[in-house]
Amino acid sequence: MGLIKSMKDEDFGDNESLELLKKSGGNVFMTSIDSLLNWGRSNSVWPLTFATSCCGIEMMAAGASRHDFARFGIEVYRASPRQADVIVVAGTIVHKMVPVLKRLYDQMPEPKYVIAMGACAISGGPFFYNTYSVVRGVDHVIPVDVYIPGCPPRPEALLYGVMQLQRKIKGESVTNPGELPDIL
Amino acid sequence: MSEEIIKDVIVGENEDYIINMGPQHPSTHGVLRLEVCLKGETVKYLIPHIGYIHRGIEKMCEANTYQQIIHLTDRMDYLSAHMNNEAVCMVVEDAMQVEVPERVKYIRTILNELNRLASHQLWWCAFGMDLGALTTFFYGLRDREMILDIFEESFGSRLLHSFNTPGGLMHDVHPNFQNRIKEFISYFRKKLPEYDQLLTGNVIFQERAKGVGFMSKETAIGYGVTGPSGRGSGFSCDIRKIAPYGAYDKVQFNEILETGGDVFARYQVRMAEMRESLSILEQLVDNIPEGDFTAKMKPIIKLPAGEYFRRVETARGELAVYVVSDGNKSPYRMKFRTPNFSNLFVMNEIAAGCKIADLIAISGSLDLVIPDIDR
Repeated sequence: MGLIKSMKDEDFGDNESLELLKKSGGNVFMTSIDSLLNWGRSNSVWPLTFATSCCGIEMMAAGASRHDFARFGIEVYRASPRQADVIVVAGTIVHKMVPVLKRLYDQMPEPKYVIAMGACAISGGPFFYNTYSVVRGVDHVIPVDVYIPGCPPRPEALLYGVMQLQRKIKGESVTNPGELPDIL
Repeated sequence: MSEEIIKDVIVGENEDYIINMGPQHPSTHGVLRLEVCLKGETVKYLIPHIGYIHRGIEKMCEANTYQQIIHLTDRMDYLSAHMNNEAVCMVVEDAMQVEVPERVKYIRTILNELNRLASHQLWWCAFGMDLGALTTFFYGLRDREMILDIFEESFGSRLLHSFNTPGGLMHDVHPNFQNRIKEFISYFRKKLPEYDQLLTGNVIFQERAKGVGFMSKETAIGYGVTGPSGRGSGFSCDIRKIAPYGAYDKVQFNEILETGGDVFARYQVRMAEMRESLSILEQLVDNIPEGDFTAKMKPIIKLPAGEYFRRVETARGELAVYVVSDGNKSPYRMKFRTPNFSNLFVMNEIAAGCKIADLIAISGSLDLVIPDIDR
């Protein structure tokens, strides 16, 4: 498992699910290609400028002077999904927004990742889960890689989530991209 | 004859050319869809489509108690979270005929102004970024973090602090509260001229802002455009002056009015409001009276049957809360008159005839927060 500089694996939570990505054996040639590709991919994750509500403000704050996203290589906010690698779903998704979100996700080139930021994107929100118009979790629409709890999460939480995503990317393999189970 | 033939060859000359701005567009600051009809590069008309973040807050209020409603109002206009809270609190206090302690009034007013400052700073960085000045983003958010630190120390939350509760505050403020604010005032007084040097005097910025998106006073009144956007057209609509609440009747401040009516006038109103907010803070911060942080309230709040109405000035304009109670612990109907809803629909009036690039400047100058429109 690739390490994040200056932060040990045991300092992270949720190491068990990352264990699933570890593969034993493998071709010497392919694994070295894997590690090169994953090094490149994980250190330049470009997010899509996509925010529906309050979490977007914290996402902006994470990109600004004090918290400085750019240290992790995800500095460039792209306005077009064609150029983005990760979509940070920051805010509530309502039924009217679902087709738009799905289309944005479909327009992103592979490999693509999803971060569900905040309670609304995870489960429909601390208050809005009971409303007629709100989708109870963005994972009903698109597959989510990392969940970041909070209402809204602090910028530090977003940074942590992004680091977890980087570790996940580092566990990937070209021959078996993502972590799709065999049933598919 | 030959002229007519050439005319016919130009395909779609008499048809409308429609493009959609949004729902995912960085300059709409959220999920707003503008259906823009163009002739060449000129905007003929535009139709805003809303509802992409409609969460049904008004309907949810009917199922929640008044203490719970406070937390919903945060999420409407998240950049004026404190003002939204206060509006609901004041409605309940009016109906229950509770007099809140002086200390609460002072602290609420201070928090209003801090929140207004934070909101205007964020508007300033986003507005600069819309027009292509990326540096504003870093300058504005650097100073905004200082305010967020004050919030975090006292309420444990950076953005959405449901710190108000009917009758007063959740708990008392941190002992450092006053010192931190004084630090911030002296810091930000030095930084504000930097804002002007960076953006206000910039020739490119002025070219894009002056004379663009003219809104007359009649239009502003007709559409109910309030807040800095309305005051940029000379419409005197500051609730803090017209119907003072909290400690606004104890401080000296000016209502900022500009008569230009264009994007630059609205910009100048907000810049001047930041200075005005600083002076309000200076007057209040040393005079917070000692006392309780909350009035005595019953644990279960039931408003007497009737209709109640209260309005406050948020960072974007006039927020009015209208409650119909049937005597139960949750309201029969709750209606929010949010400033952004009116501010959005004036866009068709003022953007017609502009170039499409100016549309970005206009929507930035109106400072829209989309969840406040949709609720």
